[in-house]
Amino acid sequence: MRYLRSFGRFWWDFVVGDDWRVAAALAGALALTWLLEHEGISAWWLLPLAVAAILAESVRREARRG
Amino acid sequence: MSSDVILFFATFLASGVEAVEALTIVLAVGVVRGWRSTLVGVGAASLVLVAVIAALGPALQNIPIGTLRFVVGALLLAFGVQWLRKAVLRASGYKPLHDEAEAFLREREEARSAGGAEKAGMDWYSFTVAFKGVLLEGLEVAFIVVTFGATKGRLGLATAAAASAALVVIVAGVVVRGPLERVPENTLKFAVGIMLTSFGIFWGGEGAGVDWPGGDVAILGIIGFIGVVSLALVRALRRRRVALRPAEVGG
Repeated sequence: MRYLRSFGRFWWDFVVGDDWRVAAALAGALALTWLLEHEGISAWWLLPLAVAAILAESVRREARRG
Repeated sequence: MSSDVILFFATFLASGVEAVEALTIVLAVGVVRGWRSTLVGVGAASLVLVAVIAALGPALQNIPIGTLRFVVGALLLAFGVQWLRKAVLRASGYKPLHDEAEAFLREREEARSAGGAEKAGMDWYSFTVAFKGVLLEGLEVAFIVVTFGATKGRLGLATAAAASAALVVIVAGVVVRGPLERVPENTLKFAVGIMLTSFGIFWGGEGAGVDWPGGDVAILGIIGFIGVVSLALVRALRRRRVALRPAEVGG
């Protein structure tokens, strides 16, 4: 059980890191892109803009704390 | 062709940065406690990494390309933004810069103060530290190799890029006979963060059904855009830091 937990913890840290909100927002942006594309709306611009906004918000939050 | 060059370059840089960190750990342990057990640890970790790439790479290539790109893009995006976030915070002074010389001294001190753990002719402390160091740094490389290689169907090219980066770092380590502190590691990490994030956007987008304007060439535009945004964030955060703590920043 302990090994399973540390295995899960390792992958969580590896992919999600120390700001889970970033991963959640990225998942949301990807889902929205998929949805728009499947509705026939060209959404190539969405991910780059979303990533820029998510990154900016995350570093701004960290800077406020630090 | 151009996307192959970018793929090689991105994998080479990312692997090189991780190899520099692994080399620091291995050198610190090897210099203080001897090389035999340390190198056995390096060899064992390398075998595990090769097995991971050999097992996962071809397995991933059997997944439909659209699904693979979506999943890999999402993972790479989360991983890349995490990497880039740290790089931006480091470059703007909100996180301490990674210092190989300091890491080397710390590892060396720990290796020196650790007690003897010799059994069956092996120093298990050296083995374990070298094994863990190479495996943990190497897993990030394996992740990048497998995701880049499988998504573009160029596992061989990605593996060759990672292997050449490791070779260059090992040769440089042997020549310098010390940690590679002069490698501009923080700048490289910044560049790698931009590339991982950009590839994540590109493949994640393709997997979600995006038809990128200009096809594969769009990756260059994405790299440029994310690069400009990241540099602008560094500037803005630096300005904010100077405004909040002028005395501290000014020295």
